[in-house]
Amino acid sequence: MTSPHPPLLSPGYKSTVLRAPRQAPILLPHTLTELTGPVLGEGPVAAADADLTRDGGGEAQGQRIVVHGQVRDADGRPVPDTLLEVWQANAAGRYRHKWDGHDAPLDPHFAGVGRTMTDAQGHYRFVTVKPGAYPWGNHPNAWRPAHIHFSLFGRAFTQRLVTQMYFPDDPLFAYDPIYHSVPEFARDRLVAGFDLSATVESWALGFRFDIVLTGAAATPMETR
Amino acid sequence: MTAPGTPSQTVGPYLSIGLSWAEGPAVVAADTPGAVWLRGEIRDGDGAVVKDALVETWQADPDGRFHTPGFRGLGRCPTGDDGRYAIRTVKPGVVADQAPHLAVSVFARGLLHRVVTRVYFADEAAANAADPVLARVPGERRGTLIAEQSADGYRFDIILQGPDETVFFAL
Ligand SMILES: [Fe+2]
Repeated sequence: MTSPHPPLLSPGYKSTVLRAPRQAPILLPHTLTELTGPVLGEGPVAAADADLTRDGGGEAQGQRIVVHGQVRDADGRPVPDTLLEVWQANAAGRYRHKWDGHDAPLDPHFAGVGRTMTDAQGHYRFVTVKPGAYPWGNHPNAWRPAHIHFSLFGRAFTQRLVTQMYFPDDPLFAYDPIYHSVPEFARDRLVAGFDLSATVESWALGFRFDIVLTGAAATPMETR
Repeated sequence: MTAPGTPSQTVGPYLSIGLSWAEGPAVVAADTPGAVWLRGEIRDGDGAVVKDALVETWQADPDGRFHTPGFRGLGRCPTGDDGRYAIRTVKPGVVADQAPHLAVSVFARGLLHRVVTRVYFADEAAANAADPVLARVPGERRGTLIAEQSADGYRFDIILQGPDETVFFAL
């Protein structure tokens, strides 16, 4: 079966050239080490972590949005109680990071990081602002389409995933080598859908982004 | 046939915003018997240090069990400006027929997908010699998976590309 993942060496994205391993990977048998993974529980997460718009005692600038979806495995089963971490630029396209030199304003009320756990049916939901597009140095006049970074553990080491969620109909898709690194058949899996049912009237727009984690996992009985 | 699954994307240069935890590098508390530091640096195909990477480790407890109450098993450390990471943990026990090992994921700007490797331990030579995963690795490259003993634990460098490239695995 054709993998939905980008090849590590994708020269249009220049940083891959010196960082992609050149030797073929060695096939790893799935032992208990790979078939298990961290069970983090609620420990690292507070309810407020699912709202990115209220840092520093005030409200973030920008278009308020709800992002929600369901996390499933390759067989379509929900992945409950798994940690989902997100980070993103603010509405002006600026990250709160010492290396981000983009000439756009920081927002004292937007740190750009959120965490939540999926519920018993694998659903998650958080509130944020739509991130701005931002320039980067990959090629002349390079701009990243608006995106939110996602990190998920799933139920096993095999299922660990870091990805990016994009917004529908972004004109920058056509010029973005990171988006284009993904095989064409799978690109739309990274694009959230506008979701009127998740829109909160007079308050926030809604988007839906479902996530499918592939990779085998042991059942809890097998892990002891 | 095309496979299911949400495609991977790079963590990008600002991963530390989302993925650094104050307690991430501490798999175990400092006063845990047998606590050691696993330290190393990440380098690219030019030998330059990689200062926007994240190392994650997953492991059994000292008895070779997973999901033991009170043992998180997960270590997580972004690299600093010097390309170095450090994780405080305990050496895991034997898991089935395998030598003590950690599963490792490396994420970085420029990596569109994580790369996966394993840490084995230099002071487990007999167990390493019988390990079924190490047996799959050509002898001349096996050393890239062996952490050397150091003053306060072990040293494990990760070379993403080049003649000394670390062995990476496909899951
Ligand atoms: Fe980004």
